[in-house]
Amino acid sequence: MAASTAPAPGRRSWLPFSGWHLFLMPLALVFATPLVQMILTSLKTDADIRKFPPDILPTHPTLDGFIGLFTESDVLRWIANSVIVATSAVAGQLVLCSLAGYGFARLRFAGRGIGFVAVIATMMIPTQLLMIPTYIMFTKIGIVNTLPSIIVPWLTSAFGVFLMRQFFLSLPVELEEAARLDGCSQFGVFWRIVLPLAKPALATLAIFTLLGSWNDLIWPLISISDDRWYTLQLGLANFQGTRRTQWQLLMAGNVVATVPLVAFFLIAQKHFIATMTFSGLKG
Amino acid sequence: MRQTRKAVGRGPTFALGPRLSRGARQAGVGWAFVGPSTVLIIALSAFPAVWAWILSQQRWNGFQQARNIGWRNYETMAGDEELLSAISHTVFYTILFVPASVLGGLLIAIALNREIRFIGFYRTCVFVPFVASATAIGILANYIFDPQFGFANTIIKSLGGPVQRFLEDPTQAMMVIAVMTLWSQLGFTVVVYLAALQDIPKDLTEAATVDGANRLQIFRHVTWPELTPVTVFSTIWQLIGALQLFDVVYTTTRGGPLGATQTIVYYLWDQAFQQLKFGYGSAIAYALFGLTLLITLAMLVYSRFAKVQAF
Repeated sequence: MAASTAPAPGRRSWLPFSGWHLFLMPLALVFATPLVQMILTSLKTDADIRKFPPDILPTHPTLDGFIGLFTESDVLRWIANSVIVATSAVAGQLVLCSLAGYGFARLRFAGRGIGFVAVIATMMIPTQLLMIPTYIMFTKIGIVNTLPSIIVPWLTSAFGVFLMRQFFLSLPVELEEAARLDGCSQFGVFWRIVLPLAKPALATLAIFTLLGSWNDLIWPLISISDDRWYTLQLGLANFQGTRRTQWQLLMAGNVVATVPLVAFFLIAQKHFIATMTFSGLKG
Repeated sequence: MRQTRKAVGRGPTFALGPRLSRGARQAGVGWAFVGPSTVLIIALSAFPAVWAWILSQQRWNGFQQARNIGWRNYETMAGDEELLSAISHTVFYTILFVPASVLGGLLIAIALNREIRFIGFYRTCVFVPFVASATAIGILANYIFDPQFGFANTIIKSLGGPVQRFLEDPTQAMMVIAVMTLWSQLGFTVVVYLAALQDIPKDLTEAATVDGANRLQIFRHVTWPELTPVTVFSTIWQLIGALQLFDVVYTTTRGGPLGATQTIVYYLWDQAFQQLKFGYGSAIAYALFGLTLLITLAMLVYSRFAKVQAF
């Protein structure tokens, strides 16, 4: 993302600035408008929202939307549930996918080939195919309608194993061999030598998992019926059904659900973009 | 390495002794690394996929005894008008979404691929909606396209146009969903194209300029062919996503008005988890899987046939 083409050489513009601004400025506005409106609406009063023609900025900025959201819904519980799910998912994938990725990339052992093929073959199975049997399976082992039923499917992924394996294959093998000759155990080599080098890949995997597990809707919708275990996304989606026109409440909820990820995106933009590029080019 | 040779040199006696043979030890270490992930992935992907195939040949509501009915679920699908209309809605959405997301993504990526002032700001504006969840997109869609107070109608009214019903209008609802999903997904295609554009060696375009090619010719004969792998890939990627549309439908119209936005996966979810037809739902899931595979393969074969090296 850092490198970029230079402006066309030798062409004199008839504008004091690049003509591309005329396209990009409105475009950026269109893309930014929904999120900006979301934040502004969450600070408006009900009367302000229903005014025609509407004001862009809230005339009487108020936190009523947020106060209403926190008193009239279980949003704190939903946030806690979502944080638990996302944290477990990210931790699980960082540990399990990097272990498996390293094993498949570097170790030689019986059953490695068949294990790897089995893992990779599952990458093309769509989630829709798995929902029904997984739901039945989780019902039978008694974890349906609990947080573990949303966490367990996120603990590892074929995509993550593949991503980490590709990264480990790209590392020079000499460092590891040197450490091994110095008497380092296999796990020691992995933990002390390889993993510190894998930070970019781990960041990609963490972002990918965070986005997926934080934003997931269909699986919590299927698996969770007790509102104690709602995730933030599921809670808001259902809250919307009961408060269809209380926009300041809904937008406050939207701000709570979206702004953490947006802020994180702005802080770690480079890593996010690397993640998007990688998932786009993984084929 | 030295250790290895020693172990082999000592012969098999050690294998029978208290210490494990080299192969067994290696397998132990190897599976300690890959075992947890492999077991979980097989238990939560491969095994359910096989089970779904068995379910798709059964009639079962989760309570009574499951009955094997062979291919009858698949036969029912062929005559299920609700499913057929769900397929047509999905295809309609795919036609709206995929070309717009690929071509729009390319156009925006070209515009963003230059060093001018505010370019970082422009890029950020286009990328950020990618992190919005389906719930956020849905609530925003309901708000912006609210027939009474929505921002979209405010603009139309101030331009003197007639008020639209958007998500409450069967002919418009799917278009609104397409617009909102494009808003969040375009950033993805843009990022992928932008990365590909920046990978094109500058010598190529410079050589073309020296040869007297104009900008359009450079794009057609140099840039576009270089981008083909990305085009094929992002088309397949967005196509698979479009065929699986569910959650924004759930957070906006719930399939309505008058079933106009009921997609294949929405119908699947409804059949399986609202009507508890686990067998029929699995059959639909397999049919969708087959359809997706067919389209993907067809696109890959076509791109090979058209002498395009995508993979």
